[in-house]
Amino acid sequence: MPAIKFDPEVCVRCETVDCLMKCQYIEFAGISDAKAEKLKINAGKESRVLNECLTCYACQEYCPFGNNPFYLLVELQEEKRILPAPKPIVEEQLRMMGPKGRITPQKVRSPVVDMCSFPMLAGCVRGKLFEGASVISGNDIFCNIMWLHFAKNSVIRERVPKIIDNIMSFYLKNSNIDEIVCFHDECYGTFTSIAEAFGIPVPFKPIHLFDYINRRLDEIPERIKPINEKIAYQRPCSNRLSPETDKILDEIFIKIGAERVPRKHDRENALCCGGVPRAHQRDELADELVEKNISDMLSTGAKYCVFNCPFCMATLGQEVAEHGLMPILVSDLVLTALGE
Amino acid sequence: MNEFIRQLAEITGPGFVSAEPEERYLYSMDQGTMPPVEPDAVVMPGNTEEVRQIILCANKHKVPVVPMGGGLVLSGLTRALHGGIILDMKRMNRILQVNPKSRYAVVEGGASEGMLQAYLKKHHPELKHSMPDAPPIATLAGNICIHGSGHLSVLGGFHSDMLTGMEVVLPTGDIVRSGSCSVSPDWFARAPLPDLSGLFMGWSGTTGVVTKLGIRLFPSYSHNDMLIFVCEDADLMPDIISRLTGTQVAEDMTPWMTPKPEWARGFLHINISYGAHSKKELTFKRNLLQASVKKYSDQKIAGFLPMPPSEKSRFLKIPSPDLVKFADLRKGGGFEYVGAIMAIEHFAEAYRAGLQIARAYNVSYSMGARIIGAGHAMMFFYAYAFNRADPEDINRAQHALEATNTAALEIGGIPWKSELPAQKQIINKMDPNTFDLMNRIRSVLDPNHIMNPGNWEK
Repeated sequence: MPAIKFDPEVCVRCETVDCLMKCQYIEFAGISDAKAEKLKINAGKESRVLNECLTCYACQEYCPFGNNPFYLLVELQEEKRILPAPKPIVEEQLRMMGPKGRITPQKVRSPVVDMCSFPMLAGCVRGKLFEGASVISGNDIFCNIMWLHFAKNSVIRERVPKIIDNIMSFYLKNSNIDEIVCFHDECYGTFTSIAEAFGIPVPFKPIHLFDYINRRLDEIPERIKPINEKIAYQRPCSNRLSPETDKILDEIFIKIGAERVPRKHDRENALCCGGVPRAHQRDELADELVEKNISDMLSTGAKYCVFNCPFCMATLGQEVAEHGLMPILVSDLVLTALGE
Repeated sequence: MNEFIRQLAEITGPGFVSAEPEERYLYSMDQGTMPPVEPDAVVMPGNTEEVRQIILCANKHKVPVVPMGGGLVLSGLTRALHGGIILDMKRMNRILQVNPKSRYAVVEGGASEGMLQAYLKKHHPELKHSMPDAPPIATLAGNICIHGSGHLSVLGGFHSDMLTGMEVVLPTGDIVRSGSCSVSPDWFARAPLPDLSGLFMGWSGTTGVVTKLGIRLFPSYSHNDMLIFVCEDADLMPDIISRLTGTQVAEDMTPWMTPKPEWARGFLHINISYGAHSKKELTFKRNLLQASVKKYSDQKIAGFLPMPPSEKSRFLKIPSPDLVKFADLRKGGGFEYVGAIMAIEHFAEAYRAGLQIARAYNVSYSMGARIIGAGHAMMFFYAYAFNRADPEDINRAQHALEATNTAALEIGGIPWKSELPAQKQIINKMDPNTFDLMNRIRSVLDPNHIMNPGNWEK
């Protein structure tokens, strides 16, 4: 397998070290301190960043040169056996999320919506928005990007080519289809950012859910009933791998008459939902993140909290609801605007 | 026998006595591996006086009496080994009193766990009692008399420790009370009197019939949460359990080890549940629990499983639905749940013995434990599911059960709610003077030897 796409010279020339300076979880004395740490990582040496990293993916977005700082960091964590989470926790999840070999050939038709390992959310694919859609899901097509949180690039290298092959062989090839709609940011990030950085070929075209919804709304404008509500968006870590899609969400909000409230912790300053730090046994930090996220949402007067990540919703949804906000997925919010 | 049954019908009314084959068949067994033994009749008394009259009548006719609660003990303790009658207590199911300030309830001998749970939820939502993971129809008296344990056992010990007093009909027909209720109108404690309750707990119904009892209640919290701690090394478990219980904040702690689902195979889990009156208090308690085992999570050799709140709800269900699901794994209605009470330092030995036995007898297993008190003991269980329609499957489970009891005794534990062969194994290992005292007490209490004969005998 090829090494991660990365040019050390880019970092040497970099004057801002945004990847670390913009980090919301690790403090640096200044640019020179951050640069020193970054150069240690690039040289494969010990750096405190390897231990302190929250694995929020944000540095992938912060780097203005697309030099894959996060993937490289995870590579080094694994090489140096710096486990962000206890070994049994990782091992158990490796088994839990592993391919089950239960996939069977299925004729599908466009649009093919990839629900990753969230078959329980298949009911979200409904109504005019997803008219005629086929849903595919299960562990045999699990995108496996989560291993970035657990210093396991090796698992991504091992499993991602197989799941891509599964999607092609069991669904797309025999149905003469060459694109899939990724319901989850993580899948889209896998088939675009990860695949490119890790040198994994992707024989189909991944379409981001926002892109799909945005185009679909253009096809059925007469059905839209503006929501006229303030919505707080909880941006997930995996959207950092496709930041260009965040602007598409703005377009969707405009089309459905919703106001994306200007949260302090949205867009580039989005904060982790708190789910992953709990796996890293950092519950007190997770509590702090939950509190910051919710007080930030409440301060905007939002009525809904919209998620595009099922895991973020599972982590924060109950807490959000207890504070009087309605937790909802982006797709369900749009369906609401379509009167469904 | 016909005359005896006629007299029983006079006591309870004819609708509550039966010597029909259907009833005799149904009351001949439980779901465990012990072979069926049909009673001559089944009788359901409605109050203490009827129990007293039945016992007097049984004495007169020298007919064995087997008291029965829910009949869910799984080790065949409510089979009429020498014939006679099954005294089914389910009609005596009234909740007589709840004292919310002193936190105890007084119930009749046939009141079920589920009834008290439902009653408290409706009338005293601020209180709860320790539910075992048995089906809710299990009776409070039955569970206390077998030294059961449940969802508040880290907090309050064995369910027998939560007993505050009893009313018992002795094998001679005398009605006696133990605990504060023998002196005072209040059922608050067994102290400071000579503790006569011990004459009826752990005796498998050979010393009397419990007609009323008092049981401790505990605060029911508005905020509840649970954690799952995972490690790979069974040798670490005693220290981990000791640290976690040392915080004194958990209500219940149940280690579990199972080969299915596949992801769980080889890992040792501990479910830890706790509650609080506020979210702040709940977080404080969680932090205490996490800090207690930080040594291990810092080394990354063990840690808490991350679980979104939505995934926790099934683990917070009381009683837990998981064991019931496992019970039907092989289909066919057969399930054996063998516990052994032992010190927590024997955890690894008990676990390895279980693995060995499951391999040797090729049985479907699930292992686990319930921690009692602040690590004072544990009820380590081996659950074997089997298909009652498959004699080979039953045979395998029976042999696994015997091997498990032998292993438990070798480790230093004591089989819990032991079936007949295990009782004999225990007696063989018991101090002879202890067994002699048991027999002397029994002879005094039950001169005609009518109470559940066949149990606790050489």
